[in-house]
Amino acid sequence: MTAPVLLREFEDFAANGGGSGPSWLLPLRRAAIDRFAALGFPTPKNEDWHFTSVAPIAEGTFRALPGGPARSVRLGAADVEPFTFARPDWIRLVFVNGRYDAALSSGAARPTGVTVTDLARAWREQPEVLERHVGKVADYQRTAFTALNTAFMHDGALIQLAPDVALETPIHLVFVSTPEAAGSASHVRTLIVAGHHARATVIESYVSLGGATGYFTNAVTEAVLGDGATLAHLKLQTESERAFHVGTLQAHQGRDSHLVSFAYAAGGELARTNVYTLLAGEGSGATLHGLYLLDGEQHVDQQTRIEHASPNTFSREVYKGILDGSSHGVFNGQVFVRPEAQKTDGKQENNNLLLSAQARIDTKPQLEIFADDVKCTHGATVGRLDEMALFYMKSRGIGAERARKLLTYAFAAGVIEAVGVPEVRAELEALTLRRFAGAGAAAGS
Amino acid sequence: MLDIRNLQARVGGGADILKGITLHVNAGEVHAVMGPNGSGKSTLAQVLAGNPAYEVTGGSATLDGNDLLAMQPEERAHAGLFMAFQYPVEIPGVSNAYFLRSAYNEIRKAHGQDEVDPLEFLDIMEKNLALVDMEPSMLNRSVNAGFSGGEKKRNEILQMAVLRPRLAILDETDSGLDIDALRIVAEGVNKLRRPDNATIVVTHYQRLLNHIVPDFVHVLSAGRIVKSGGKELALELEEKGYDWIETPAEAVA
Repeated sequence: MTAPVLLREFEDFAANGGGSGPSWLLPLRRAAIDRFAALGFPTPKNEDWHFTSVAPIAEGTFRALPGGPARSVRLGAADVEPFTFARPDWIRLVFVNGRYDAALSSGAARPTGVTVTDLARAWREQPEVLERHVGKVADYQRTAFTALNTAFMHDGALIQLAPDVALETPIHLVFVSTPEAAGSASHVRTLIVAGHHARATVIESYVSLGGATGYFTNAVTEAVLGDGATLAHLKLQTESERAFHVGTLQAHQGRDSHLVSFAYAAGGELARTNVYTLLAGEGSGATLHGLYLLDGEQHVDQQTRIEHASPNTFSREVYKGILDGSSHGVFNGQVFVRPEAQKTDGKQENNNLLLSAQARIDTKPQLEIFADDVKCTHGATVGRLDEMALFYMKSRGIGAERARKLLTYAFAAGVIEAVGVPEVRAELEALTLRRFAGAGAAAGS
Repeated sequence: MLDIRNLQARVGGGADILKGITLHVNAGEVHAVMGPNGSGKSTLAQVLAGNPAYEVTGGSATLDGNDLLAMQPEERAHAGLFMAFQYPVEIPGVSNAYFLRSAYNEIRKAHGQDEVDPLEFLDIMEKNLALVDMEPSMLNRSVNAGFSGGEKKRNEILQMAVLRPRLAILDETDSGLDIDALRIVAEGVNKLRRPDNATIVVTHYQRLLNHIVPDFVHVLSAGRIVKSGGKELALELEEKGYDWIETPAEAVA
């Protein structure tokens, strides 16, 4: 997937289908691929990629788009059932190897004022809203992977909420990769537009089936929050330990809007999660939570960027990581406070638990404040299991191994409890416990 | 029941803190271990419970004939030992109910008994909560997290009530308690006294012993028991302080 190969593949793509869609789309793609050609794949000299080498992706032999076998895979409902939180009633779009699968997706009726459509259809039926926002929020000028996605984006979702619409049940996007995806990349693109005072929850699940390996997911989600809108966005990345993943959520927030993001990363050989938001409107705020559980040889990187661009904006951020084996975790939390963003109130925390001597974490809180009347704090911790707590549990008869697992689970519990969707919270508890403890350990159960 | 002979121990490779403790405790007895700060009384409690920060350098300790010092802390708990911590540890994210049920079941498993399910366990808990005047709602709170000093100590006694140890060691359980909390804790301990169990009360002050009346009082100084007697010894200490206790010469350092 070296840059010259990608440029050639783009020409093929542009000539064969990539040029379809509204008239503005191909020029946007061209602008993005040109930008990618100029940027190239990031190197560790790039401040945003200081602790992560993308060489396995850049030097990999991924085709820019899923080829024949990956596209002809047919899955049954039973294959994706494990990823549905036992809620077949949710509005759900399922993508297999980056391609929308109508048969697996739920045809649940959309409430009035709610649009949930696959992108291919949206290009045809709702080009105006796409033209207004696609490529305007997700910054392909600065970020090579976003440029790549913008050049090759082919499928994904459009989610649109009319003003004042409050949707109680989540909208679920499931991105499944199968063994046939090996050697290919998928550039899925999602646009979420929440009208003023609208409220919704969007869940994105990235999963592997049948031990899928050697594929690259490069997902971009753009979110536009109107004045007073609330968007809860949950990203659950549990791909195989031989998958490559870069996923970006980039939001633009209107006045008094609230973005509540939760990012869970447990999969991938090399995985990167970006959560970026621009607090453009006065009084807007972002609550970002994250949990990464790493083991083996995994390298998993999370970067968040909160730009306070208006007065009285707030941000709350807690990311926690548990690292075992020889895994390598990265957390970079950027908070920028522009001169006009007086009375900014920001808190950021990153806590890491190292379970093995070989595991490594690079944590880098990064605050850049250009306003003088702000309240911003940040803290990062790296620790091991509390020996006194272990002794306390053992002294009550709880065996060493179980005590260790229970304490590990307890470390993660704080951010899991922040997840607002009970089904997802229960699933995260189960996932964490399966990895670290026996069932039912949570406070309150 | 408990048989300690010439026990010596230190922390972190330093000099011995315990310099030869010999103590015998029989079923049904309450022993008080008193002494000034630094005399080694808390070290004795920690060493018996198996705190890995301490290193035994000599002597022996057996519980019902079993070598305590050869056991892991959890094995000591399975054998019937319980230490109420001076500073109970906070474990955010693990509920009290889950923690206690895990401990209860692990001890049952060690004795070849079936585990109890959460509902059965709730019955057991309800009986014991009243003993320490605690609300059922505290079962859903994280272990000791955000508890007041008194709540933490009561939680220790609750654990003791549920786990029904053969030998309970209360490590300065009275420290930092107001008189009401002290009374609740002491009443709890008294109600748990049975002919087949025993209690060691480690304390700096005599006031707890007004409520938990000991059969024997031992005074520790510089790592040795320098005086043993009945409950009247505690009153004498209260009146005269620790200064009149003879300090072993080599301990003046």
